[in-house]
Amino acid sequence: MADAGMTKPLTDRRAAVRPVRAWRNMNAKVASIPMVATVLVIFIGCSLWTVLYSFTDSKLLPRERFVGLEQYERLWGTDRWLVSIGNLAVFGVLSMVFSLVIGFTLAAMLDRKIRFENAFRTIFLYPFALSFIVTGLVWQWILNPTYGVQKVVRDLGWTSFSFDPLYTDSIVIYGILIAALWQGTGLVMCLMLAGIRGIDEDIWKASRVEGISVWKTYIVIIIPMIRPVIVTAVVIIAAGIVKVYDLVVAQTSGGPGNASQMPALYVMDKMFKDQNLAQGFAASTMMLVTVAIVLIPWAYLEFGGKRRG
Amino acid sequence: MTKMKLALALLASAALPQAVLATDLEVTHWWTSGGEAAAVAEMARAFDASGDKWVDGAIAGSGGTARPIIISRILGGDPMGATQLNHGLQAQELIQAGLLQDLTEVAEAEGWKDIIKPISLLDACTFEGKIYCAPVNIHSWQWLWLSNAAFEKAGVAVPTTWDEFVAAGPALEAAGIIPLAMGQQPWQSSGAFSVMAVAIAGQDLWLTVHRDKDEAAAASPEFGKVFEAAVAARSMAAKSNVQDWNQATNLVISGAAGGQIMGDWAQGEFQLAGQVAGTDYTCLPGLGVNEVISTGGDAFYFPVNDDAEVTAAQKRLASLLVSKELQVAFNLKKGSLPIRGDVDLATANDCMKKGLEILAAGAILPSQDELLTPDAQGQIEDLMVEFWNSTTMSAADAHAKYVEIIASAE
Repeated sequence: MADAGMTKPLTDRRAAVRPVRAWRNMNAKVASIPMVATVLVIFIGCSLWTVLYSFTDSKLLPRERFVGLEQYERLWGTDRWLVSIGNLAVFGVLSMVFSLVIGFTLAAMLDRKIRFENAFRTIFLYPFALSFIVTGLVWQWILNPTYGVQKVVRDLGWTSFSFDPLYTDSIVIYGILIAALWQGTGLVMCLMLAGIRGIDEDIWKASRVEGISVWKTYIVIIIPMIRPVIVTAVVIIAAGIVKVYDLVVAQTSGGPGNASQMPALYVMDKMFKDQNLAQGFAASTMMLVTVAIVLIPWAYLEFGGKRRG
Repeated sequence: MTKMKLALALLASAALPQAVLATDLEVTHWWTSGGEAAAVAEMARAFDASGDKWVDGAIAGSGGTARPIIISRILGGDPMGATQLNHGLQAQELIQAGLLQDLTEVAEAEGWKDIIKPISLLDACTFEGKIYCAPVNIHSWQWLWLSNAAFEKAGVAVPTTWDEFVAAGPALEAAGIIPLAMGQQPWQSSGAFSVMAVAIAGQDLWLTVHRDKDEAAAASPEFGKVFEAAVAARSMAAKSNVQDWNQATNLVISGAAGGQIMGDWAQGEFQLAGQVAGTDYTCLPGLGVNEVISTGGDAFYFPVNDDAEVTAAQKRLASLLVSKELQVAFNLKKGSLPIRGDVDLATANDCMKKGLEILAAGAILPSQDELLTPDAQGQIEDLMVEFWNSTTMSAADAHAKYVEIIASAE
């Protein structure tokens, strides 16, 4: 079996078009059947089911009484949902930008062959090993005015110091952003560092000969060269943004008021707490659409482009 | 062969006695604060003493956290032996789907119709003529709990009405006391509002709005007054940064806050802290304005089970929950009112006696859980939690949104 796998591609490459293409690499195809079935039934099947039932008036249990776009009309007329979408946009953009910038900066700094690189790398990556719930609780304590930063600074003598993001509705989203960045940037840094390390030493030599400054080399030469790594990082960060749930639950439960609500919290509450499945389905369909709007053009550019080139 | 027979005989002898002896029944509930845990321990003790075994399945958080877990376990085919739920529309679809045990037989044998008072409690358990739950207590939301120590410190008399309480607000604040303690969870915001609505708008208007879903009544300026009062209450609660209701109650117990609008379950916390009604704390049913209590309550539902043993044990538990002894022991600890009028609560404290008097006088209202679907309740909670925590949302805005919810409620 191993032999067949090794030699077949070679022969295939010589014969450019084979009539029985579908039967090539049978082993690999058979092996992927469970995954294909999972994708078809669970991802695609259940998604379609959810979309279908979002047009009904299902309450606690799903039922086939179709009401057209009623659930969507209600959804887009609900303040809490609109706040959630706004929060997701702010959180999404900032968390994407800062994760990439901080991640790359840290990676570039570690790349300068500093001392104790391993120790730093471990420290930066450690938060990623924690669950979102733990991260959320830790940051809830740090940002809590009676135990955390505010108290420490006040105890040092600045008694009028006020730092209370989690209880102030206009800035609560930044309190959550800090926690998300603290947890997520370590992984981005590691990915970037791996990419930077993969770059040929000769590139550096050439840029030194040409007299290009270090920071310029990073921005103009290295970043375009590690594009695949950056794309991977973007996908990982984006997936994390859309599904952000537990971090918010642990830090604020969506409060104060509805100021830190996220779409996923709305979906969970409507489906399970308020016994209104259809409304939850409508909301999760909108989340799916959001993801599709972001991902489809990107996937088209990324993969479609390669096939052509 | 003989060995096999012997083994079978042994197995049978081991299995049979077990079958007639204790049955384990897992009971899920969300009674986790100090007072509540003490009360539920009474139930467990009584059930264990009757020969079965109570397996406690407490779910921390609140009803909002626990209910989805409970319901998804029932729907997911992993039913517990028995579970707490609130009366009303929460369980209706589960009953329709045939997932809950019919208790009519037990109810008829024990004459629940004659002993349960007010009868609306049993009506809330009844669906198409059959009884599906065992009510265990009446919990009423309509209470304002006041810390006598806080008012003493502020140098004002303990209020006897909501208006006096609002008037005392500035004095409390000047003394460094939070006038009104409020937890941040949505159900607390919406509960406190509902209490204010009954007290300020009056029960007739409240019923027209919530039972008849009358849009015009909801939009009336009389109902609008509730929102104006809530704006005032909101500023009194601005400094209250706690989450759970019992943390807020603790602020009142310790005198850090002047008062709290909370249901009678708060009473258990005062009791646990060793405080005496009348001297350490004061309670104002109906905010001292409109002495009426809503008779929602907790009830136990029994998910349908394949195991005949479990079903029998479920029925034993149902009848035990309604029994006189347990009603007294449980409700004294929890500070709630018993579901039957024929029990002796001589040891009840002042606040419970007030409640019993109101109940005897018949000044009762259905609870909001019985009138509105969980969906509409959820929308109100979303609105109220935003309103109570906002500094900018005006009374008129909140009022307009409330009218919309009522108009679209089923």
